[in-house]
Amino acid sequence: MKVRQVIMGVACAGLVATAIYASKAQAADDIYVPLFTYRTGPYANSGIPIANGMHDYLTMLNERDGGIGGVKLNVEECETGYDTKKGVECWESVKSKNPTVVNPFSTGITLQLIPKASVDKIPILSMAYGLSAAAVGKDFPWVFNPPATYWDGLSMIIKYIGEKEGGLAKLKGKTIGYIFLDAGYGREPIPLLEQLAKDYGFNVKLYPVAGKEMQDQSSQWLSVRRDRPNWMVMWGWGAMNPTAVKRASENGYPMDHFIGVWWSGSDDDARGGGKAAKGYLALNFSGLGSNYPAIQDIKKYVVDKGKSQVEKDKFADTFYNRGVYNTVLVAEAIRNAQKLTGKKVVVGEDVRRGLETLHITEARWKELGFPGFAGPLTGISCADHSGHQGAYMQQWDGDKWVKVSNLIEPMKDKVEPLLQDAAKEYVDKATGWPKRTEACDKAM
Amino acid sequence: MDILYSIFIDPFVQMAQAPDLFVQTLWDGLVGGMLYALIALGFVLIFKASGVFNFAQGIMVVFAALTLVGLHDAGVPAFLALLITIAVMFALAFTVERVVLRPLVNQPDIILFMATFGITYFLIGFGEYVFGGDPKVMPVEDFGLEKGAYNIKMLGGLVSLQKLDIVAVIVASAMVAGLGVFFSKTRIGRALRAVADSHSAALSVGISLEQIWVIVWFAAGLVALVTGIFWGARSDVSFALEVIALKALPVLILGGFTSIPGAIAGGLIIGVGEKLAEFYWGPLVGGGTDAWFAYVIALVFLLFRPQGLFGEKIIERI
Repeated sequence: MKVRQVIMGVACAGLVATAIYASKAQAADDIYVPLFTYRTGPYANSGIPIANGMHDYLTMLNERDGGIGGVKLNVEECETGYDTKKGVECWESVKSKNPTVVNPFSTGITLQLIPKASVDKIPILSMAYGLSAAAVGKDFPWVFNPPATYWDGLSMIIKYIGEKEGGLAKLKGKTIGYIFLDAGYGREPIPLLEQLAKDYGFNVKLYPVAGKEMQDQSSQWLSVRRDRPNWMVMWGWGAMNPTAVKRASENGYPMDHFIGVWWSGSDDDARGGGKAAKGYLALNFSGLGSNYPAIQDIKKYVVDKGKSQVEKDKFADTFYNRGVYNTVLVAEAIRNAQKLTGKKVVVGEDVRRGLETLHITEARWKELGFPGFAGPLTGISCADHSGHQGAYMQQWDGDKWVKVSNLIEPMKDKVEPLLQDAAKEYVDKATGWPKRTEACDKAM
Repeated sequence: MDILYSIFIDPFVQMAQAPDLFVQTLWDGLVGGMLYALIALGFVLIFKASGVFNFAQGIMVVFAALTLVGLHDAGVPAFLALLITIAVMFALAFTVERVVLRPLVNQPDIILFMATFGITYFLIGFGEYVFGGDPKVMPVEDFGLEKGAYNIKMLGGLVSLQKLDIVAVIVASAMVAGLGVFFSKTRIGRALRAVADSHSAALSVGISLEQIWVIVWFAAGLVALVTGIFWGARSDVSFALEVIALKALPVLILGGFTSIPGAIAGGLIIGVGEKLAEFYWGPLVGGGTDAWFAYVIALVFLLFRPQGLFGEKIIERI
């Protein structure tokens, strides 16, 4: 056989295989759940455990329950590398396959996709990240950011600091340093931080960290040494987190006065700092460890059967469980959509309604096999796409994270007016932003 | 007036008021600068031998560090893992010469440059396939290196010298000096300069182009390994390390693409300059100056010396 014939044969086989694969993805007998993940690139240390958690929970539902409502889930990952351009490419590649929901897992990607969501009729679930103002459901009917926005998270941290200082009034004259990834994600909470500084009379010092400085940060931490802030707050991601934890301990910063947002509190973030990182604090809203029936089911049906990419010693790590939490919301939204529409195979428009009616009580968490895994998610409505739920503080004990507080509720009275203003500003700036026409369903 | 005071007076008042912090800033700049110089050196070696900007230098840092840590995590003793990693870097240099460079002899530089893109993406994919994307901890203690710091009371304050940083400076200095001597005083060094001037002329006088390329790619691999060890110890070993290669670009602009002393001087000027700028002038513009200030320094130098500090003067017939 001539080489040319072999090449043509391989090319034809490839085309046929692609066509079969594409038709399978669009098949009408399954529910298509694309997962935007990043297992590669500079942010892979944060992306991998989340990707594993999301993938494994949905796979477990397929293996244990045969999917949702008797319909198999077609789970497909699209690698973004935490790169906004690639994220948009992923959107373009999945939108024709009737996706139920997109989880961008990047604030930068989320910001790019928000205008596309209502056009392509695909809801965006930006779980506790993305545009805080997207919590305003009347302006952003296709975007959801439960269980809390970044602004909620920041207000929880300020509340926690206030409590430790003996009351919010005692913050007057204190200095709070804010070290952040100098990108849309890290800059997102700054307006609220400045507002709270005015309200409570504390000073703010900003320490931006550019993406290519993530693994150095010596200038920032030297500035911290000079400015001596009473507390440090971090909005870090990827390699920035473990580096910051190391630099803080090297510079002798008191680790129990250093608090990360929920995206700066993975096991890998603190593990590299080891014993020296003892005392480091971070917010969390998903459970710690594997002592939950549903997590054990993931182990039984997915991990032990070799259907997961998770390393055995990283199973049920903090960010793995965060990925699980994300897909519990997806699964619940799909169930709601099936109930609301009476259809078995649901698509984006249906699942948007399912997300808007999310209602996970303590009893429901238990029923799902996650007793005590997370706080109730009962605040979502057509008007409120976040729910503004609380999170708890976890602390690194040198080997593992330990829960050290009850749920801290956000300062809703401070956050809500700013959210409304920010949403209005966004809509005013975006020429021709569509008015909400979607009907409102009752909570399930 | 306030702004002028903040720019021209206040930083120097701060230096006088807290000289310990000034010394600390200089030290941090020196450590960063030596590590930048090390990265730049990898680029310079290959550029000297082939006239090609090696886009793959950053991923070589990651690949070397991941190989070392991966072997160690698999149970190989630290020093044996180090030796095996050195052998792997040699094998990489040999393979690059055989598979990529040899077929491209006498091709335009842009072709060789694009080939280094190919090497980069191959190593990213291969590295992720073999080692995964999870971050790994550099086992510094197993190499006999101590963590912790020497806290020296001086100038009315405290200067903290991380033990790992001290070792990094010593090793980087020794490596830079050793490579400098090797490439300037030995036959191989002279051959390297001949190859850099013209591939065909070097071939015509009996210099083995293949041998020279293997040697410089291997030397660049060793530099990448040392860089990976010390940057990996400062943070984690992950694919994020690739980004630090970008720090070498202003160093190369400043020091010239063909000068080993230039890489050192450029690294130190950039390292110290960006740390001083961020610490004393950064707050005036909201911080974050270290992302771009290095380029400002490099561009200012370029105004006066377009070929860089130690780069060869460009003389061309017109």
